[in-house]
Amino acid sequence: MLADQVRDSERSWWMPVACIMLAVAFLFGAMVGPAGPAWWRVPAELLNHLPFIHIKTGATQLQSTVLWQIRMPRVVLAGIVGSMLSIAGASYQGVFRNPLVDPYLLGVAAGAGLGATVIIVAGRASSSSWPIDPLPIAAFVGGLIAVMITYSVGAAFGAAKSSATLVLAGVAVTSLATAIQTFMLQKNTDVVRQVYSWILGRLSTATWHDVRLVLPYVVVSTGVLLWHRRLLDVLRVGDDEAQSLGARVDRIRLTVVIAATLGTAAVVSVSGLIGFVGIVVPHLVRLLAGSSYRRILPLTVILGAAFLIVADIPGRILSDPAETPIGVVTAFLGAPFFIIVLRSRQGASR
Amino acid sequence: MTSLAFVDVSVKYGSSVAVQGFTDTVRPGEWLCLIGPNGAGKSSLLRSAAGLVKHEGGILVDGSPLNLRSARRRAALVAHVPQSPAMPDDMTAAEYVLLGRNPYVGYFGNESKHDRMMVARVIERLDLEEFADRRLGTLSGGERQRLVIARALAQEAPIMLLDEPTSALDIGHQQQALELVDSLRREHGFTVVSAMHDLTLAGVYSDRLALLHQGHCVATGPAEQVLKAETLSEFYGVSVIVHHEPDGTVVVVPRRTVPLA
Repeated sequence: MLADQVRDSERSWWMPVACIMLAVAFLFGAMVGPAGPAWWRVPAELLNHLPFIHIKTGATQLQSTVLWQIRMPRVVLAGIVGSMLSIAGASYQGVFRNPLVDPYLLGVAAGAGLGATVIIVAGRASSSSWPIDPLPIAAFVGGLIAVMITYSVGAAFGAAKSSATLVLAGVAVTSLATAIQTFMLQKNTDVVRQVYSWILGRLSTATWHDVRLVLPYVVVSTGVLLWHRRLLDVLRVGDDEAQSLGARVDRIRLTVVIAATLGTAAVVSVSGLIGFVGIVVPHLVRLLAGSSYRRILPLTVILGAAFLIVADIPGRILSDPAETPIGVVTAFLGAPFFIIVLRSRQGASR
Repeated sequence: MTSLAFVDVSVKYGSSVAVQGFTDTVRPGEWLCLIGPNGAGKSSLLRSAAGLVKHEGGILVDGSPLNLRSARRRAALVAHVPQSPAMPDDMTAAEYVLLGRNPYVGYFGNESKHDRMMVARVIERLDLEEFADRRLGTLSGGERQRLVIARALAQEAPIMLLDEPTSALDIGHQQQALELVDSLRREHGFTVVSAMHDLTLAGVYSDRLALLHQGHCVATGPAEQVLKAETLSEFYGVSVIVHHEPDGTVVVVPRRTVPLA
């Protein structure tokens, strides 16, 4: 019946498929790597951490510690970072009605890096007695300022007409933020190491502490973004029409941008700069499940996690025992993909 | 049925005045058509009633000011069909019509079963069933125009504002779209305000015309009063012949001013 058809536009068999893909990626991520238990013992080892389950797996104490204290935090953190960057990317794309933006191209990451630099230079040591770590907050404020500047510059010079304008504004903001950061670091060479270890991230040395640090931000941010998925569909017809349909466009845009930026700044503070995730995953989801944000947002959460868990695997084995940074892997996958997206969009608009 | 009153409405963009002191009352169920040359203020007037531009003066729906209403409540009273609606290529027709239910869905809510039934009925009423799953990018101009009207209909607003609803359509689809609006108006008792360029069509479908010129309303009344050769030549700067058909239709035909060689 027609009413079912109208309803069906929201249902999708992709959700279960995505969950299976995530489970596979998760298991695979837990199985690969040096010094852990044999791969076929991993599922049982993991089950042992569920309450009331005790399975004799034959793994040594050391192996199970490696699995639980070294590999698992890394896999979980990669999953959290991947889903956050993906849903943030999809949300920015929705709220700016621009398929080419992601947290990096909008300057959010560079702004967050600058914010972090400022707080580190200003003396993070003196803040150790504070009840909360000011670093993620500074990163968030920096990211938010950067995206606001990008948007207002882009809007002033015709972002409504061309999606490239916003991206170019983002490039300018990124360059400016990076330049200020470099300047500050030259004046304060003593903190260079600290800043760079922040920027490059520490996914490879992730601990459960890092997971606990970002999880609250990511849960809040993802929750807010998922709540807005229907409104992002309303925004697709443009500001004026969305407004005439009763949507409070400015408030929606501000809320979504703040939520996406908060989540991005939080994950950047533990994972470092990982590009292209926020573009690759949402576009992949669009190809698979259509263009409605009601489907895109939940699916990007699941598939973004799966994507980054998988992308983290080559880094561990390619140049063993050294690490290939995950940002390098995502760029290898993401840059060609970005070009394909550009090309297919050009084809579509013709 | 619902009335729409403009009381001394002015719209300004910076220092330029788009509409100056427009006062009119559109009776419940009436179709008022705004005519006038480009830049006369027709779109601005419609946009002010849709809450898209700031205005001075009062816009009253059934006697109560529209700007005191919340955005969603306003959207439940007034549906606006813009001149060139944004229609994302990869959105399906059913998704597009469903957007019309936004005024009835809470900020964090979702469309109810009733909303979906309502959309299904609208799609059936406008014979759009075969397009429901199609992407907007694959539809023709006439089909898209019907979808925009379907979305406005799903909005269930008693007042419909149409900005050049037929400007992108051929003569057959123009007639089809306007017939559709007219029959919906009679079915549901809508009050319609439209802006139109085709003076003959404007006269045929509306109950009353208002001629705008440089933001001022310079003539208002039924077609045979407003569509006069001398009036049109004064405000449009054109030379036209105005025919009166036996059935009351007023036909406006442009006249060639450069003589045939």
